[in-house]
Amino acid sequence: MRIKILAAALGVAFAAPAQAQVEVQWWHSMGGALGEALNGLANQFNESQKEYKVVTTFKGTYPESLTAAIASFRAGKAPHLLQVFEVGTATMMAAKGAVKPVYQLMKEAGEPFNPKAYLPTVTGYYSDTKGNMLSMPFNSSTALFYIDKNKFKKAGIEPVQPKTWKELIATAEKLKASGQDCVYTTGWPSWVHIENFSAWHNVPIGTKQNGMGGFDTVFSVNSPLHVRHISMLGDMAKKGLFTYAGRTNQADAKFASGECAMATISAGALGGIIKAAKTDWQIGFLPYHDDVKGAPQNSIIGGASLWVMNGGKKEEYKGVARFLTFLSQPEIQMEWHKKTGYVPITLAAYEATRKSGFYDQNPGRDMPVRQLTNKAPTANSKGLRFGNFVQGRTVIEEELEAVFAGKKDAKAALDDAVKRGNEILRQFETANK
Amino acid sequence: MEKRVVFRSAWLPYALVAPQIAITLVFFFWPAVQAVWYSFQLQDAFGLKTQFVGLQNFAALFKDGNYLASFKVTALFSALVAFSGLAISLLLATMADRVLRGAMAYKTLLIWPYAVAPAIAGVLWAFLFAPSIGIITYVLKGWWGVDWNWILDGDQAMLLVVIASVWKQISYNFLFFLAGLQSIPRSLIEAAAIDGASPFRRFWTIVFPLLSPTTFFLLVVNIVYAFFDTFGVIDATTQGGPGQSTNILVYKVYHDGVKAADLGGSSAQSVILMFIVIALTVVQFRFIERKVQY
Repeated sequence: MRIKILAAALGVAFAAPAQAQVEVQWWHSMGGALGEALNGLANQFNESQKEYKVVTTFKGTYPESLTAAIASFRAGKAPHLLQVFEVGTATMMAAKGAVKPVYQLMKEAGEPFNPKAYLPTVTGYYSDTKGNMLSMPFNSSTALFYIDKNKFKKAGIEPVQPKTWKELIATAEKLKASGQDCVYTTGWPSWVHIENFSAWHNVPIGTKQNGMGGFDTVFSVNSPLHVRHISMLGDMAKKGLFTYAGRTNQADAKFASGECAMATISAGALGGIIKAAKTDWQIGFLPYHDDVKGAPQNSIIGGASLWVMNGGKKEEYKGVARFLTFLSQPEIQMEWHKKTGYVPITLAAYEATRKSGFYDQNPGRDMPVRQLTNKAPTANSKGLRFGNFVQGRTVIEEELEAVFAGKKDAKAALDDAVKRGNEILRQFETANK
Repeated sequence: MEKRVVFRSAWLPYALVAPQIAITLVFFFWPAVQAVWYSFQLQDAFGLKTQFVGLQNFAALFKDGNYLASFKVTALFSALVAFSGLAISLLLATMADRVLRGAMAYKTLLIWPYAVAPAIAGVLWAFLFAPSIGIITYVLKGWWGVDWNWILDGDQAMLLVVIASVWKQISYNFLFFLAGLQSIPRSLIEAAAIDGASPFRRFWTIVFPLLSPTTFFLLVVNIVYAFFDTFGVIDATTQGGPGQSTNILVYKVYHDGVKAADLGGSSAQSVILMFIVIALTVVQFRFIERKVQY
């Protein structure tokens, strides 16, 4: 890869010595196959025109990239584009002098830009309350519900996806009775069972529109519905109907390897499941509680967006704007969506993918978009924006683990999560006054 | 007879130690001073807005029950790591010292784990003990019916990180113990043997007291290791969980500072940690050292 870039650079240097190319530095966190897909995008852009060159650099995991970018910003050498995970959104947004909002960049560069072209649940996460897009959505996924039909058939159950939690528990009991050891598992406990759960049932995660309306927000994840849900999971864990896998994506492997019969994990896990080829998988919407009014609403995204960092030259920002326009093209989005499993970020790209017959050949691949756009997003379901949410999520996960281990009851744990979480929010508020 | 080199020049000795002092100042003292400075500040992640908040970061920490609980976890963890690390390596060193044939091979094999990075050691043990696929888990369940699941069981998680941390440190301890054992004059042990002292008796009355300077040195090193160098192991395995059962102080420093970009809070924690280790070392040198026979 590096040789290729070098060769391209040399080629350009010899071919057009009169006009120097403007370089755009892009730091990202996509390893493996995803990294190749990302480099493919940059190369495609570099070949499509001669003025600008996007140079990609892999900087490790999301927190590592963010830390590296913060350090480089402090040293006055920030990259132009930085891929930041969704929980870092509030941190980036608060850093007013460090970032250049995307809508502003596009205006300054004179690039055509219509925020309405993007999926509302995706842009909602990255826009301010006035609807101005602050960062460019890049790789977005959502939590989905997977079942392994083989396990259902083996237990003599019709392989139909449970729609509600009630149905899920009934099915889980039957599977357990048939000797299935791991019946149900979940990845990303806070993201699935607090964040997506709240959006899906149209209840707030925090005040001020889940923190989007201001830093003076407080968590509200100890509502009766939250308590009921987490307490239900605690009961399931006690009865062996729910196997806890860990705080991140450990559940992906548990499902892909055929160990667990049902799982609520990221849409992005599908690639690995297909590759492992050990399950007769089927994907559907997340289960919901059918007695909650308005449920199911829509789920929220996970993944990352691209932030434009301040400190570069004007012509470099022109290049950044051009590149963002390039990324938003339907064909480019469609390719990215098909290759990686992340959702297409524009409605046009989704339509184009559907028309191409991709979803007919690959049933279930349209589930993430359908679930994200199930209904028009409300204040509770368009996303969340809490300061220092890296710490906030850890707090929630610690408290959930206490419930799953049977050490705390759900009410006490969620009360503590709110109390501890609010302290983090207050500190962020003071630091960013 | 005392051997001592005396410098005649007034400046040469200073010039010779200058590089070492410069390195210490730049890489140890400067960051430490910065940590103290940052601990009095509240800053956003990018350093755009800085407020001087005095002791507020510290006050917030001591109000936080979870931070206080983390002290207990750290104390337990360090005690377990230091004690079992020393005990196991002393046993191994005593054994290796008695081996006559192939001694080099034994010693080399025992020193190997030291070359493994803490994170790798963590991942390795995490794989062996992985709840559903680990070999040891399988054996535990199959032979003794032990339900091993450190993802949810806090005590088991603690055991796992202790094992991984100890395993990593055994080689270092082993090396020092072995050197210590080899410097004990054979004549003392032989004399005791002639007097009819059993091997066990010989160990406790002669070898162990004569080893005490080594043991003391290793105790300090191991406690500092457990306090500071083990976050790689924790990060690669439990990440402080489940709940907070393996959330030791240094891991919280790393999590809050590096992962969550909360510099003020993280610096305050490192300053506290720094004082704890200074205090521990002073206590060790003042009180325990008196009982050490050189």
